[in-house]
Amino acid sequence: MTIVGTSGLILNEKLLFEHSDPGRKGYSLPKLDVPAAELPAELCREEISGFPELSEVDVVRHFTRLSTWNYGVDSGFYPLGSCTMKYNPKVNEVAARIPGLAFIHPSTPSHLAQGSLELMYRLQVALAEISGFAKVTLQPAAGAQGELAGMLVIRAWHEARGSKRTKVLIPDTAHGTNPATASLTGYDVVPIASDGILTLEEVEAHMNDDVAALMVTNPNTLGLFETNIEAICKLVHERGGMVYCDGANLNALMGIARPGDMGIDVMHFNLHKTFSTPHGGGGPGSGPVGVTEELTPYLPGPGVEYDGENYCIEATRADSIGRMMAFHGNVGIMVRAYAYIRSMGGDGLKHASEMAVLNANYVRARLEGVYDLPFTSRSLHEVVFSDKDLEGDCHTLDVAKRLIDYGYHPPTIYFPLVVKGAIMIEPTETESQEVLDEFCDAMIAIAGEARDNPALLHQAPVRSRIRRLDETTAARKPKLKWEKGA
Amino acid sequence: MEFPEEFKYTEEHEWIMVEKDLATIGITDFAQDALGDVVFVELPEVGTVLEVGKPFGVVESVKAVSDIYAPIAGTVEEINEDLVETPEIINTSPYEDGWMIKIRMTDASAADALMSSEDYQALIAEES
Repeated sequence: MTIVGTSGLILNEKLLFEHSDPGRKGYSLPKLDVPAAELPAELCREEISGFPELSEVDVVRHFTRLSTWNYGVDSGFYPLGSCTMKYNPKVNEVAARIPGLAFIHPSTPSHLAQGSLELMYRLQVALAEISGFAKVTLQPAAGAQGELAGMLVIRAWHEARGSKRTKVLIPDTAHGTNPATASLTGYDVVPIASDGILTLEEVEAHMNDDVAALMVTNPNTLGLFETNIEAICKLVHERGGMVYCDGANLNALMGIARPGDMGIDVMHFNLHKTFSTPHGGGGPGSGPVGVTEELTPYLPGPGVEYDGENYCIEATRADSIGRMMAFHGNVGIMVRAYAYIRSMGGDGLKHASEMAVLNANYVRARLEGVYDLPFTSRSLHEVVFSDKDLEGDCHTLDVAKRLIDYGYHPPTIYFPLVVKGAIMIEPTETESQEVLDEFCDAMIAIAGEARDNPALLHQAPVRSRIRRLDETTAARKPKLKWEKGA
Repeated sequence: MEFPEEFKYTEEHEWIMVEKDLATIGITDFAQDALGDVVFVELPEVGTVLEVGKPFGVVESVKAVSDIYAPIAGTVEEINEDLVETPEIINTSPYEDGWMIKIRMTDASAADALMSSEDYQALIAEES
């Protein structure tokens, strides 16, 4: 087995505040050749004490050194379940740096911004086509904000009909943000149980005239497709509710099945997952929302429309829930997502989803029998193992930490909550068989180490720049501020 | 692991100690072990009216954030203030120092329907 993790010289780096030397600066100004003018006193702030003073090279080295401590999809395999950490093609970056798209001011009048507006319009249409919804808003800045926008739309629809429903049903396989969204929208969360997938009977038992919506994730966080979704949507509609779908797992479905066709009313997309824009610290994110025809009046606005000749910003709609963001959302991210969709094409997107599912099932097939697989029905783009069969008093956290020594970002752990000691692996379509094999070899080797040398797992990571952190103390007694001399 | 005989238990892994119409509630030894190190606890205000099955608080550990559901209806009489600064007592003493809330029950007889120690141990044997 080739171990991709190794040890080497890694440079230490102090905080900018600790580097500071009074009077040092990164610029030089020409000699003053006009009379000096005093600034009015009311425009002057007080001196900031301890503000770091550095030269250009200090700053460049600081951030370059910090960047070498980072781990991202450009450095290695990142199988973080539910997060779709696919490789982000560099052609997206080329598109985002086209000066006309990169430097346009958000207040540019529509007739001078036709290119940007056309791109946004085409992205709205492409996302609507991929998902089967009537209309898409690009405004929300990330998945969680997309969820909030979507649930506010559902709430506005209920209010417009005079309905005062107070509850939202959320299955135990939904994403963790879903209950937070329902709560923030002013609803009470009713958790409902699934047995791997949601059953019609379970929804039927809870779906009454106080329930505003059901929030599902499809495929769910076990990587299982909700096969009863069509019947469930029908039932919820019959009883006066709406169905929200968390679109975080859309990477399993592109070109194969459309949430809009399943009867879902609202879904958000994560452009930073499915559509290969930067994710996490590389962000910002983008969380467009698609809705059915019936819900279009309530979408956040304004979006972009096309009159057959020109692209323009929509007029304000009376029933809209209003803005989610200043201007038009994270436009630079939209450019990257549009570049991805166009460079892949319809067939390419379908192939990406097929390969994502194939890769996850390849990992599943190689690790099944080594790690416990609590749900054995057919999984799609991700697979959830547990630590049940691990020997040597080793647990999921130990496996995750040991994977760092082998050079991998650990998968998602202890989620979904329905699996005790969950290890949630989503390889995505962008990994080759060689990478998957090396990763699976590492996982198998770690299970062997748990049996033969459990101390190694308990101490892990041993090769990383910083050893295992005391997460408990960090959470109980967080130190959030640097203080001089402390 | 111990599960005191004199307590009642729920499927959500809470224990209830009943004294007349006052119920003291906390999470079981099994629950604290499954959660791992508890780092934060959120409790309701005194005087809050609780319905059966409604979340009344939150326990956050290094692994997960979990809602705590009211096992019985009533009004919050007292909360364990010590949990704010030292949530770890839920790990070290789940049945004594780590109690969470005391509620004045609307109907004390409702507690009779909850699980016995024996039934609860059978439940967790099935789960683990």
